Amino acid sequence: MLTIENLTSGYGRIEAVKGVDIHVEKGEIVTLVGANGAGKTTLLRAISGVQPITGGRILFEGEDISRLKPHQRVARAIAQVPEGRQVFGPLTIEDNLRLGAYRRNGKNSARYLERIYSIFPVLKARRNSIAGGLSGGQQQMLAIGRALMSGPKLLLLDEPSMGLAPILVDQILEAVKVMRAEGATVFLVEQNAFAALSIADRGYVIETGKIAFSGNARDLLEDERVKSAYLGL
Amino acid sequence: MADFLQFAFSGLTVGAIYALVALGFTIIYNASDVVNFAQGEFVMIGGMVTVFAYAAGLPLPVAALLAVIVAVFVGLALEWLAIEPARDAPPVTLIIITIGASIFLRGLAQVVFDKQFHSLPAFSGDEPIRIGGAALLPQSFWVLGSAIVIFLALYAFFNHTLTGKAVLATAANRFAARLVGINTTFVMALSFAVSAAIGAIAGVLVTPITLTSYDVGTLLALKGFASAMLGGMGNPIGAVIGGLLVGLLEAFGAGYINSEYKDAIAFLVILGVLFVMPQGLFGRSHTERV
Ligand SMILES: Nc1ncnc2c1ncn2[C@@H]1O[C@H](COP(=O)(O)OP(=O)(O)O)[C@@H](O)[C@H]1O
Ligand SMILES: [Mg+2]
Repeated sequence: MLTIENLTSGYGRIEAVKGVDIHVEKGEIVTLVGANGAGKTTLLRAISGVQPITGGRILFEGEDISRLKPHQRVARAIAQVPEGRQVFGPLTIEDNLRLGAYRRNGKNSARYLERIYSIFPVLKARRNSIAGGLSGGQQQMLAIGRALMSGPKLLLLDEPSMGLAPILVDQILEAVKVMRAEGATVFLVEQNAFAALSIADRGYVIETGKIAFSGNARDLLEDERVKSAYLGL
Repeated sequence: MADFLQFAFSGLTVGAIYALVALGFTIIYNASDVVNFAQGEFVMIGGMVTVFAYAAGLPLPVAALLAVIVAVFVGLALEWLAIEPARDAPPVTLIIITIGASIFLRGLAQVVFDKQFHSLPAFSGDEPIRIGGAALLPQSFWVLGSAIVIFLALYAFFNHTLTGKAVLATAANRFAARLVGINTTFVMALSFAVSAAIGAIAGVLVTPITLTSYDVGTLLALKGFASAMLGGMGNPIGAVIGGLLVGLLEAFGAGYINSEYKDAIAFLVILGVLFVMPQGLFGRSHTERV
């Protein structure tokens, strides 16, 4: 479904992603783990088209999308939950969610809203409040809900567990599993390698802009290199 | 009492025009962080094109419509040719670009039109209406009524349409707006088009009262900008209240103190307010705009 070939990207002279190859099959949960500053966010932004690339290609369902504008990629049903939530602070929860359905001009919003409110009931309770007033965990739920409103085929998540209490992390990861069960393909970026690998099918480990190794999520959890570097074991 | 009414009414009329100009500033500022000093030129284009089209024989409403369309095209051209290519430049550069565009448009208007003052017939005649001893021009009712209709239309657009909310979302967080699939380039173009249309309508409305010429935009942009700052840059309600306040300050300053100093009085009060409240009366704190 998603194939990334020899992708490079950076900021001016700094190269943050240095020739990355990744593929994600339909229906999979694939995770990308790596330390802070490894290039995870840069890679996800490049997939969504909000970060320019300097080389390589991004294929989605066989089509080269490397040159498409961000909104054209959303139109192909690629949604991203960005790092740091990035909700529309002055707008209400429900407006934030409705804007998630922008690619369909808001069609069928009611049905999607209902589904998202059933996954995250707290959003329904506060639907008319300003998003900026939500707690960090609630904003994360909102950011996920907003991405789901578009009805994504491919969902990109950038560190959804960052800064959240363990119980909220579990709730968010549980929601990710629900999304996959409902047909979405998930590409999950995490520093929290243990949590990510425990729900993923496969995983990649990125170190300073390059894929260091990859494999089955269960195997990676047992891998000595991963254990020492990322699981603190 | 009659004096008071007279001043209040003329203040509100001029204030409504300032409010429209300030709204133009606000809409573009919110969508793009650009302070567009060519905003006053939209008002000039609105008035001048209407004057010349009307003189050429077009009925007034058609001439006015044509003027609004011309202004919208100029707004779009400004955005495409001057702002979009410098999209990533610092705000100061963008402001200088809009000042340059404003000078250019004024020069162009001198060539295309002329350097004379022009007027238009008032829409409903010049017979003053007497209320409480004050004499009110029918054209003032046109100005106030149209301003109210524009405010309500904008309110409905921003609060009840997905496109309007997409503009607000772009203002709140451009990055996230792009991630949900909002074409922020389109939002920018739309904001320039809407601002230009509002400015042009203001120009058509006010010309029968204040006359127009190729350079009326300069002072109007200044007043509109001051109004937007007074209300709190970026806040549409603030822009409206700021515009009305500046209009009233001028009218009362001119009426009760000295008409020669009316601009100075208004600006002094604005400076005073901004000294105490740097964000303006209804400004949001900068930390909120990430
Ligand atoms: N806006 C930026 N300007 C310059 N360098 C950046 C910027 N954002 C990230 N970087 C650099 O790019 C590298 C990768 O960052 P990032 O993709 O955010 O990593 P991660 O998400 O894995 O923490 C880091 O060295 C970081 O310092
Ligand atoms: Mg990151």
